[in-house]
Amino acid sequence: MLRPFLILGTVLSAASASTCAQAIVRIEAPNLVNSRPLQEQTGRAAIRDYLQSWQALTAALEQNRVDLLDRDFVGSARDTLAATIQQQTALGISTRYQDRSHDLQVVFYSPEGLSIELTDNVEYDVQLVDHGRVKTAQHQSARYVIVLTPAEVRWRVRVFQGAPR
Amino acid sequence: MTLPKTIEAGSPFSVQTPGSGKAALFIVGTGQVLKRDVELGQTVFFAAGSLYNAGHYLVVLQGDSFSETDSLDVVPASKPANLSFLAKPSRLPVGLHAGITGAVYVFDAYHNLILEPMPLSFELSSPTGTVQKRTVPTRYGAAWTEMDSTAQQGLAKFAASVGDISSTRVIGQVPGDPCGLKMNAQQLDRKIHLVTDAVRDCNGNAVPDGTIVTFTETLKGSQSTIDQPLKHGIAEATISAHNGAMLSVASGVVIGNQIRWEK
Repeated sequence: MLRPFLILGTVLSAASASTCAQAIVRIEAPNLVNSRPLQEQTGRAAIRDYLQSWQALTAALEQNRVDLLDRDFVGSARDTLAATIQQQTALGISTRYQDRSHDLQVVFYSPEGLSIELTDNVEYDVQLVDHGRVKTAQHQSARYVIVLTPAEVRWRVRVFQGAPR
Repeated sequence: MTLPKTIEAGSPFSVQTPGSGKAALFIVGTGQVLKRDVELGQTVFFAAGSLYNAGHYLVVLQGDSFSETDSLDVVPASKPANLSFLAKPSRLPVGLHAGITGAVYVFDAYHNLILEPMPLSFELSSPTGTVQKRTVPTRYGAAWTEMDSTAQQGLAKFAASVGDISSTRVIGQVPGDPCGLKMNAQQLDRKIHLVTDAVRDCNGNAVPDGTIVTFTETLKGSQSTIDQPLKHGIAEATISAHNGAMLSVASGVVIGNQIRWEK
């Protein structure tokens, strides 16, 4: 079973490659109700891959590059983020997300082992850049619900959805 | 500016802007980005379907000399429109306890995961019409169940439904291992003709033709075997008749009866 712990380091760092800042990651004990038991190694791998997906998300939305999503996102999560990037490109804007902290919990592990669902109370900074000029920089809090599915060598984000905290 | 704190995905909403002059209104999130050029002091209307991806959005009103920010949450529509239903396995033996699992994620019309709990029904219909039912509340948009495969071989329908939305998968149920495997021996000139009774599983389903049945003759420490596929529900083989031979039959891990040949 995945035990709760706090991470501030490089292994599970969700820091943007461009800023070197590190996000604080707190992992709560899984909250699985009548669900398949989750092995610690599986849970850690899914969370590690999810946190790495923030790097891809950050870079893709900052550079307006859809291709940067391909390693970490699949299905509707990829489609939605790709559409956001296309909207940004059309408007001449970009966004810089910098995650500051994650508070993660596994809430569902499907019986056949083909999906893991997480919640993430995330604190992040976001900058809106309009035609190269930073229009605003804000600190935000949001709750994300994430569904990951296994690919060849990693878990990939299939649902990435914000929700009110 | 004045705006709702929360809206349902795809619903219309408006933002009341203060002051006068021109400005740009941005609504920015990982799920969607919108921009409108606005006349300050006016209400900006967003039609139904404008903002439909659930999430947390930063709202920025940017004028020449000022900037005002707020936030807006878009929550999934309450009405389910799509189910992502994974049933496993697609084929399994009959009579297996908790052998079938189904996992479902519930989405709205914009493919947002509906996080509010709702009752989700699972129904497994066997080829003979018997039905197993379970109702499970969704949790974080997900629900799952386990079902027993039924006693009769054939195609079972496994359905998940919520509200007026349903999704069906077909599960192939095949006979289990042979049960009560029995052969008979009969002299045929100088040979022995071995033939099984009709091979069935423990629920009475005919084991499919092609399943291998192994006949074994053991005599004075030596052993000879013949593998024969089931044909028309039975297997048969002819072997040399040796007095005192022990004859046995098996299929897979199932062992049938033994006959000592004394003539």
